[in-house]
Amino acid sequence: MALRKDIKKVLVIGSGPIVIGQAAEFDYAGTQACRALKQEGLEVVLVNSNPATIMTDKNMADIIYIEPLNLDVIKRIIKIEKPDSLLSTLGGQTGLTLSMQLAKEGFLEEQGVKLLGANVETIDKAEDRQIFKDTMKEIGEPCVPSKVVEDVESAVEYAETIGYPVVVRPAFTLGGTGGGIAADEKQLREISENGLRLSPITQVLIEKGISGWKEIEFECIRDGKGNVITICSMENVDPVGVHTGDSIVIAPAVTLADKEYQMLRTASLNIVSALKIEGGCNVQLALHPTSFEYAVIEVNPRVSRSSALASKATGYPIAKVATRIAVGYSLDEIINQVTGKTYACFEPALDYVVVKFPRFAFDKFVYAKKTLGTQMKATGEVMSIAVSFEEAIMKAVRGIELGMDTMTKPAFEKLTDAEVLEKLNDVDCDRAFCVFEAIKRGVSTDEINRITAIDKWFIEKFRNLHKIEQSIKEDLNEEIYIRAKKCGFLDSTIERISGQKLADKEIEKKYAVYKPVDTCAAEFAAMTPYFYGTYDEENEALEFIEEHNKGKKKVIVFGSGPIRIGQGIEFDYCSVHCVWTLKEMGYEAIIVNNNPETVSTDFDTGDRLYFDPLTPEDADNLINTEKPWGVVVQFGGQTAIKLTKHLTQIGANILGTPPDSIDAAEDRERFDALLEKCNIPRPEGTTVFTTEEAVKAAEKLGYPVLLRPSYVLGGQNMIIAHADSDVIEYMNIITTAKIDNPVLIDKYLTGTEVEVDAICDGTDILIPGIMEHIERAGVHSGDSISVYPAQTLTERVKKVIIAYTETLAKELKVIGLVNIQYVVHNHQVYVIEVNPRSSRTVPYISKVTGVQMVDVATRTMLGESLKEQGLPTGLFPEGEYIAVKVPVFSFEKLHDVDTQLGPEMKSTGETLGIAKTFKEALYKGLVAAGFKMKKPNGNTGVLFSVRDSDKPEVIELAGRFERLGFDIYATSGTATLLNRNMIPANFVYRINDGKEPNVISLIESGKIDYVISTSEAGRNPALDSVKIRRKSVERGIACLTSIDTANALAHCLEMGMSVDDVELVDITKI
Amino acid sequence: MNKKAWLVLADGTVFEGQSFGAEGEVIGEIVFTTSMTGFQETLTDPNYNNQIIVQTFTLSGNSGVNNEDNTSDYGGAVGYIVREHCSKPSNFRAETTIDEFLKERKIIGLCGIDTRRLTRILRDKGTMNGKITTTEPVNPDLKEIAGFSPGTDLISVAEPAEFKAAEPKYKVALIDYGHKREIIRLLNMLGCDVDLIPFTESAESIIDGGYDGVVLSNGAGNPSELNEEIETIKTLKDKRIPLLGLGLGHQLLALANGGTTAKLKYGHRGANQPVIELETGRTFITSQNHGFIVRSIPDETGKITHVNANDRTCEAIEYKENPSLSAQFIPSDSGGVNATICFIEKFIELIK
Repeated sequence: MALRKDIKKVLVIGSGPIVIGQAAEFDYAGTQACRALKQEGLEVVLVNSNPATIMTDKNMADIIYIEPLNLDVIKRIIKIEKPDSLLSTLGGQTGLTLSMQLAKEGFLEEQGVKLLGANVETIDKAEDRQIFKDTMKEIGEPCVPSKVVEDVESAVEYAETIGYPVVVRPAFTLGGTGGGIAADEKQLREISENGLRLSPITQVLIEKGISGWKEIEFECIRDGKGNVITICSMENVDPVGVHTGDSIVIAPAVTLADKEYQMLRTASLNIVSALKIEGGCNVQLALHPTSFEYAVIEVNPRVSRSSALASKATGYPIAKVATRIAVGYSLDEIINQVTGKTYACFEPALDYVVVKFPRFAFDKFVYAKKTLGTQMKATGEVMSIAVSFEEAIMKAVRGIELGMDTMTKPAFEKLTDAEVLEKLNDVDCDRAFCVFEAIKRGVSTDEINRITAIDKWFIEKFRNLHKIEQSIKEDLNEEIYIRAKKCGFLDSTIERISGQKLADKEIEKKYAVYKPVDTCAAEFAAMTPYFYGTYDEENEALEFIEEHNKGKKKVIVFGSGPIRIGQGIEFDYCSVHCVWTLKEMGYEAIIVNNNPETVSTDFDTGDRLYFDPLTPEDADNLINTEKPWGVVVQFGGQTAIKLTKHLTQIGANILGTPPDSIDAAEDRERFDALLEKCNIPRPEGTTVFTTEEAVKAAEKLGYPVLLRPSYVLGGQNMIIAHADSDVIEYMNIITTAKIDNPVLIDKYLTGTEVEVDAICDGTDILIPGIMEHIERAGVHSGDSISVYPAQTLTERVKKVIIAYTETLAKELKVIGLVNIQYVVHNHQVYVIEVNPRSSRTVPYISKVTGVQMVDVATRTMLGESLKEQGLPTGLFPEGEYIAVKVPVFSFEKLHDVDTQLGPEMKSTGETLGIAKTFKEALYKGLVAAGFKMKKPNGNTGVLFSVRDSDKPEVIELAGRFERLGFDIYATSGTATLLNRNMIPANFVYRINDGKEPNVISLIESGKIDYVISTSEAGRNPALDSVKIRRKSVERGIACLTSIDTANALAHCLEMGMSVDDVELVDITKI
Repeated sequence: MNKKAWLVLADGTVFEGQSFGAEGEVIGEIVFTTSMTGFQETLTDPNYNNQIIVQTFTLSGNSGVNNEDNTSDYGGAVGYIVREHCSKPSNFRAETTIDEFLKERKIIGLCGIDTRRLTRILRDKGTMNGKITTTEPVNPDLKEIAGFSPGTDLISVAEPAEFKAAEPKYKVALIDYGHKREIIRLLNMLGCDVDLIPFTESAESIIDGGYDGVVLSNGAGNPSELNEEIETIKTLKDKRIPLLGLGLGHQLLALANGGTTAKLKYGHRGANQPVIELETGRTFITSQNHGFIVRSIPDETGKITHVNANDRTCEAIEYKENPSLSAQFIPSDSGGVNATICFIEKFIELIK
């Protein structure tokens, strides 16, 4: 077998915006796929609605569409581009589902397009619950007793025959969306109803609960010849019951004897063979902890989050190999890139362990339910590699950036023993930390295992860590120090726990050494530069550096760590581009990061990859081995910026903007002084410590005011207060959390929010674009719909913005990127925030303007001026295209999170609409983000429930919907107001009125298409307004929490467009 | 902290780590295995007779030791080196820890060293001898270490033993050079009554046994030094008795058919060895542990049917003149769609 002769032009469908359950791993997979296809000399057509991805970069594919991922759009693209094939298995569930729909409709056949990577029969066998069960039965693989049902009554009926608890799994949903565990009939009714609605084929599986069994996964790969192998086994620390995406995972599986291991491996291979998969496949199995009984949980017939993890854990590039298989190769024809000698038809051997630790957004969403179940909630993850589990988990814990450096969660230290024991019963994101606390309180391994069902092996490992902490506390000496280092303790942690300085104890500091990830446990010499740090004898990275020394200057690029709300894939995009430019410029580019989902941690992105956490000590270790000429912190988001101070102290050469400027932008007093000096206005504000001070300050500034603690960045815990009561509520939350830092209180100015990304070389400045937000200031910039170029600003305002940007960049001595946020209030421009680093808008502005911002910035950092690069200065000329970035949220995954947008960021991803007119671009962006453009049909309505301050504007807005033909519904105050203004509005009761129809029953009635809900304050789930918004999310109804967003939507509806009318834009031609 | 222990390699390299398992000292050939599971099976594998095993995966003994999973009742490694051994194993069948197990079997253990560094030395310089000792080595006698030879003594059952199949259809002899129990289990499973007989048994008495076929077991050591055993096989072959050679048996059968053998630089040891079936082009993942290979077989006597995908060395042979076949690895039914069990099935076709 070899490359199929009948393939010349391939369409690749990406996975769309980042949402919980479908994140950066598909950019990694898609990028690998596009590169593999191009290496084969094939023409690649790519469609993805997510502009923050590497895969949508101009050099990744020949033709690139950033367009909504829906059937109509893809059909049109196929008709325009006439590809001969479609690659279906690299774009997550989104790409796979679309491909299957196109195939099933007969469209692909009609257009002469071959489906690569999967066939309909295989996918149905794997994804349709009943066909899957039948197939498993045929080959004798046990499934968990279950039944597919299509209505709630059948679900209840079946549950009675198998007994509670039962698990509800909706068919064809991402990350198990809409699923859950039901302990009784009441819960089952609730969960199954929700699940049925979310399933595109109205189907859920009711399954016997097997919580507490071991959860084991095998990543497999199979080719067209029938060669089939396992790449990696993985074991979940959290037993069955917690979604694997939310579990702590270790690879390889560790608690299995060979007999169990071989049994499950055999089962996985049998399944993959029976399904006739050609490509990557993930098999999830449950194993009874005290017998050989096992059951197949599910199969993912495509590359997945797990396959990205397995690729990084083993060094085996699954997506790349799967792509080659899809175009005709067999495993024994594909060379293993790592060794350069062996073939892809082998099973990697590890000589280390890998731990994956999930990252949740619960630090932002304090009111969200933290319990974990079958529906994934994590936004991202870190991976750590080490020679022992203890070291790996310690590296993971400090890598997730929750301010922890051991398994001790400070909040748990305050609990009583009884409370800790009680808390162990909670299956939530803190359970591992609770286990650790229980160990510290003397709870036995057996007892912890009885309560949590976590395997004793893991509990004993946690106990080891506790023992080491104790010996550090009791008698820190050289021997204990070394043991602690081997178990992953940082020097600073050891010093803190012991209360002593290493130097005082005359303990010599030890640096980490680096071992490679080579797929073969040193059996063959490795060619790949992929390393992890550990405490051992031999430093193989040193050897590698020496052998590959080409006399180039070395630069370390610090990555952005786990994906979380506020710091997403865009920073990985920036890091990767920086590395590419460094390489192009003749530097040796070294990347360090700990996120397994990303392109930056693909071993062939940089000259060397270090898969390690991003703390000061980890940086010290790396610098000790690499001795770089320079380091870059500008592109890795806050994670990398946080290292600036430390790197300065140790004398590292920080390229670009000087560290002092970063401090000047972040330190409030210094920043105020700077603005005063430059005569640039900012909203008035002050610093307060107590509730009384806060109330007084707020009254002086005049409401509304913006409150935020001074210690956090990125909008965390920010609110807008409209009255004394808001300030008091907020200050109570802050003061109960015993936060000693002051609270910043600023005058909140309503107005147009404007954002600028610029590049400065120290002398000149280039502003690729000025973006304007649809939502007024007050909605976090990441959650706003952002328009480039700005549509409503006057020339004068633009000039002021350009002038301010130039002054600030120069004053801050910016070299490289800077992001500045402004608010235009009463025609006057105020500065809100300056970030002397890359921002989340960089990827999209680069793509739309054609200014490769990171590339240009990197060059300026290396001393090449803008003029030398042949670039203009000032505002870059606006092109003919308008781009609208629309945020995407994952609210359906996060129960009890209020969807009201505010100063705290909530979106997980974004889409982009590109068109020649603003209206069309907005329309495309909204459609790509999942907004349904409803046409009124006599049973369509819009529900209004808005705060007093929005009431003046709601009249105009409701009028627009009314004229479009929607029925208008509103709660008492709003309804009266509308009716008085000649807009017929139906009156709806509040929940507490106890009368029908109330807002909830109205939403449930199916008469409502859009909900427009804004509320004064609060994110407490008990509030009426929060309930309305949550109900909308549950029912899949678009809920707009800003009048501006609602107006934008009305605007699109008024156009009466459909996706058939829009122009599809190949961005490589812009 | 545990007692210290040292490893002295024949090239003079010294590693200092901690002792576990039995104390004392032992010299042996040091080999590394990349298997990530099955340390108990590995330690009790007679192919590792007189050898010191280095496990490249850093954690060992996680699932403890049970009474069921030994590869063989006797023989196996004399020394064991691993980064970390587990003192609190967790598995429902675990009876004891690896530490206790090594003590019972008098295997000298060494942990806490940079096993990757050791593996790379073995990979680059080739397999070599070494000594594990719990006494600090002062001026170790490197000549003694380098010159150590385990001899060619095969291990075997003292007396023949019978293993009945549940539904017997055939009767085969298994000549024991240090067999794995798996072979008997598979033969029984496929309907063969098995007589396990010592390798010292004469060809005549085997012929008199009236067996449908004879299986030559795996075992440890240099096959080219086993002249008497090769002669016995030649006699059986001349009598046209169907033969199945596995591991060492595969090498001996090749030698009896005019082939040659050679020693690999550092062997094939691990659970991930890819083997290509030449006729179909299919690749199977096999579990292997051997240091010697069949280098050649005359065209007129045999045909190589399988090769190692990494280094293209011989993995299996089908013979032309007498109805026989052989494989370098031990067929298994636990390899999934891995069709290696078909070697035993093919052998059964031959004896039908």
